[in-house]
Amino acid sequence: MTEAVENQVEEQAQPEEKLVTLTIDNIEVSVPEGTVLVDAAKKIGVDIPVFCYHPKMEPVGMCRMCLVEVGRPVFDRATGEPVLEEDGSPKIQFGPKLDTGCTVEVSEGMVVRGYTEEVVDARKEVLEFLLTSHPLDCPICDKGGECPLQNLTMRYGPGTSRFIFDEKHHAAKHVPLGEIIYLDRERCIQCARCTRFQDEVVDDPVIGFSQRGRSLEIVTFSDPGFDSYWSGNTTDICPVGALTTADFRFGARPWELKASASVCNHCPVGCNTTVNTRREAKSGGELVIKRMMPRQNEYINEIWMCDKGRFAHHYTQSEERLTQPMVRNEVGELEATSWEAALDLVAEEFKAASDGLVTLAGARLSNEDLFNIQQVTEKLGGKALQNTHMAGGELVASVGVGQGSNLSDLGEGDAILVVASDLEEEAPLYWLRIKQASERGATLVVANPRDTKLSSKANYELRYSYGEEAAAVMALLGSISPKTPGESEAVKKLSRGQEVKDAATAISEANNLVVLYGNEGTGLATSQSLADACANLLVATGHVGKANNGLIAVWDKGNTQGAYDMGLVPSEDLAADLMSAKAAYIVAADPAGDDATLAEAIKAVEEDAEKFLVVQELFLTESAKLADVVLPVQANTERQGTYTNAERRVQIFYPAVPAPVNVHADYAVAANIAERLDLKLQKVIPAQVMAQIAETVSDYAEVSYTKMAEVEEQWPIISSEDVFYGGTSYENEQGMGQQLQPASQGGESPALSFAQVADAPKVDGLLAVPVTRLYDRGSTVVPTELLSERLTPTSVVLSPDDAEKLSIEPDAEVTVKLNGTETKAQARIEAGVPQGYVLVPRSVGIALNSPSPVEIKA
Amino acid sequence: MNLYNPLKVVPPLVTGLWTTFKSTLKKPVTIQYPEVKRPVRERYKGRHELKRYDNGLEKCIGCALCAAACPADAIFVEASENIDEKRFSPGERYASTYEINMLRCIFCGYCEDACPTEAIVLGDNYELSFTDRSQAIYTREMLLDPVPAGGEPTPREVEPGSFDRSIPEMKDPA
Ligand code: SF4
Ligand code: SF4
Ligand code: SF4
Ligand code: SF4
Ligand code: FES
Repeated sequence: MTEAVENQVEEQAQPEEKLVTLTIDNIEVSVPEGTVLVDAAKKIGVDIPVFCYHPKMEPVGMCRMCLVEVGRPVFDRATGEPVLEEDGSPKIQFGPKLDTGCTVEVSEGMVVRGYTEEVVDARKEVLEFLLTSHPLDCPICDKGGECPLQNLTMRYGPGTSRFIFDEKHHAAKHVPLGEIIYLDRERCIQCARCTRFQDEVVDDPVIGFSQRGRSLEIVTFSDPGFDSYWSGNTTDICPVGALTTADFRFGARPWELKASASVCNHCPVGCNTTVNTRREAKSGGELVIKRMMPRQNEYINEIWMCDKGRFAHHYTQSEERLTQPMVRNEVGELEATSWEAALDLVAEEFKAASDGLVTLAGARLSNEDLFNIQQVTEKLGGKALQNTHMAGGELVASVGVGQGSNLSDLGEGDAILVVASDLEEEAPLYWLRIKQASERGATLVVANPRDTKLSSKANYELRYSYGEEAAAVMALLGSISPKTPGESEAVKKLSRGQEVKDAATAISEANNLVVLYGNEGTGLATSQSLADACANLLVATGHVGKANNGLIAVWDKGNTQGAYDMGLVPSEDLAADLMSAKAAYIVAADPAGDDATLAEAIKAVEEDAEKFLVVQELFLTESAKLADVVLPVQANTERQGTYTNAERRVQIFYPAVPAPVNVHADYAVAANIAERLDLKLQKVIPAQVMAQIAETVSDYAEVSYTKMAEVEEQWPIISSEDVFYGGTSYENEQGMGQQLQPASQGGESPALSFAQVADAPKVDGLLAVPVTRLYDRGSTVVPTELLSERLTPTSVVLSPDDAEKLSIEPDAEVTVKLNGTETKAQARIEAGVPQGYVLVPRSVGIALNSPSPVEIKA
Repeated sequence: MNLYNPLKVVPPLVTGLWTTFKSTLKKPVTIQYPEVKRPVRERYKGRHELKRYDNGLEKCIGCALCAAACPADAIFVEASENIDEKRFSPGERYASTYEINMLRCIFCGYCEDACPTEAIVLGDNYELSFTDRSQAIYTREMLLDPVPAGGEPTPREVEPGSFDRSIPEMKDPA
């Protein structure tokens, strides 16, 4: 980092804060003005017990557990001087009653006592009162063992009760709030953490209080029940076992669980997670994944994670997993064989194919896998492709967010542009953190053809037609520096109107600017021009090469950025590339299953006796069924590796369960093939693969497993001893990862190409555009039965007008004629979908790579 | 010592035979094990038993507190959910797997102390011998008491809502 940049980072990290000094339990502490007592105490390791307070939410002062004695210095009214005691110390006036530590803000000279008899008694009484209506069924409670009420009762509780036993309150114990979260009404202590979380933090107010007093209960207003992508988090912060997940129901006692650090690869955020495992008799004594928990990383997921990441892990231990290498025999059937035989055959065929090798890798793989796969391909002079419909990886490497970025630093005076993205569906945690930045005062500009959940937070909303994504960004740029040459019709049209001009002014005046582009309605070509346009905007406004500025691509897969960095590029015409291959090496991708045209291409490869198809996979996918050789591999929970997220933070995941005996990690399989091609690649230790990556890929020169594993002190402090404060999210002891420096931060001036701005495609009739839904039907999601009812059905989404014109009823079955194929699908009708367009969710059974004309028949 | 001096040899011989003779008239202390067995003391700690309520429902709710308390790590519990059509124990949860490895157990009785429902009790049985290590693992079926007279075996179907509490109703200590 250059000196200038360094200074800037520091400035941002420490905005001017007035410090206030006070004494808590005889320890002096200085904290920023506005801090509440509970937090101030936490900083010096003094515990003020809480139930309703949570460091990530506004205090409400509902439970009274945090009562403390608060004293303030006395000032002489006449002179304004502090009154002194005889010994010269300032005189402190204590309040007549106890104060709630979670709502009282610190002030200069304050004295707080949390150990006096009065305080101790108050805590006893609060607990005694809470327990009058608590079932005390800790033995069967999933929270038992990590329960704030249990822990605080043991530490501060009275031990006996003066209340009449027979008046103990009883209520329903098994109330499903939807099929994912269960409520035990008896256990609820009415702290409102869950409802406040849903309302304040994630803006999904689908649960709330009903009735009053002892009859008060949590209810859900949505259909399906508790319809939120965030519901699992409420079970982490509920201070009792009132909310629990169906997934972990009676799965294990918390103290029996082993914990391994991992990183979610379902989306490009890369949430830090902890995999909890336990031996299970039902599974023959195998170590089984019992639950997935968030692990704190304030750069990425704070202490949260989405329900997809939390629940969609069952694929890793599915019965359907491949366990044996297979080779097609004389009669044309796949037959189990040894690794030696399979690899020898693969190497021989690859050698024969030489530069006719086409490799297609999916970005669910780790950097190590992708690197080794790319090296094998490069050695033979083949084509290394990745399976994505989003372009711009090189641009992100050049003008991506600077090293030291943290979306939590964005606030007043900063601006964020989100373009072509239904952010909550594409990357839930980015949605959350952008929303929070906007609440902290950052100017949020949302450009999208229709309303998304982020729209309500937008300061400026820009509308364009599908296909004009780049034009929308160029219109913004045009309003800032009007000299932009070669304006198209679309740009001119979009430049009209005050909203664009205001948004452009806000962007140009912002201290920091982060641009996120997603894949709402874009195909590879439009994605490229969109990325170019975004990069141009950032460079033109000088928002590159420093922390908290730059480009974030909301990738379609977990490690797309890593795949770009390892040198794998998307294919402009995958079918043609596959057809032209002499040998195809398909890893963690299923083109035949995704798309009928690709299936044809793969079949052609398979039928041609000269050609050779290798599929390296977890499951026997449609593509694998056609392969000449199938190589089984380990899931990410069975091995180590790294992912690079969309902010280019490289993070390690660790093995949680042992792999099946006869399968290997992808990097090892690739290295074994390489060995047979006289190429030396690391195949045993992922850290050594990373060392090789660091030598080969210049951006990764500084990356090492040791540095990625370094931890920092984080706020709020989450630790396993005091689950009452932050919830049951795991403490991060395994590393914050390492953020890469974009080329522009290294002083290189970014190589920009002018954005190819297209006008919206004109069609008679309807245009189908691909969109992303979080709960899709990918092979890593479907094996999770718990989510089955929530997965997006094979469907298309129409505007109400179009539906009426075609006389289609909501949820009716329709025939979708698209790119020469016909599919039966459910018709959903959503207000907000622009007229003339049909949204086609990706990965739910209808293949669509870029906007195409479509015919819908009732 | 002269071994051939009768005065020195005979008296001890007679004393010995006298003791033998006296003993033949006493009640014997030995018993004919295994045909005959001596009753154990009241608080004897022998092989564990998983108890049932009088109605036949199992007392164990699969909480694994016994496993947590066990200093020898001898117990393994896995829980599952009860439903009214297929009920094993009162409340929502029962032990679908319950194993004690008798080779590890030191018969300390901590499991008994930890149990919130008095389900696991160290019984009278001390006849634990195995010809194979795996036989030392006592499963739920082996540990469960027989169904008492008038009770019904588990699992059984019950009226919905009739057994919805896991922990027996607590008595007012006052
Ligand atoms: S369900 Fe849990 S988080 Fe929600 S109000 Fe009750 S105790 Fe609090
Ligand atoms: S937000 Fe993305 S990375 Fe985080 S848990 Fe969800 S799917 Fe995984
Ligand atoms: S008696 Fe002691 S050692 Fe044996 S199972 Fe019980 S707790 Fe464990
Ligand atoms: S025997 Fe008692 S302590 Fe052990 S699991 Fe059953 S109920 Fe819990
Ligand atoms: S009132 Fe302060 S934590 Fe609840």
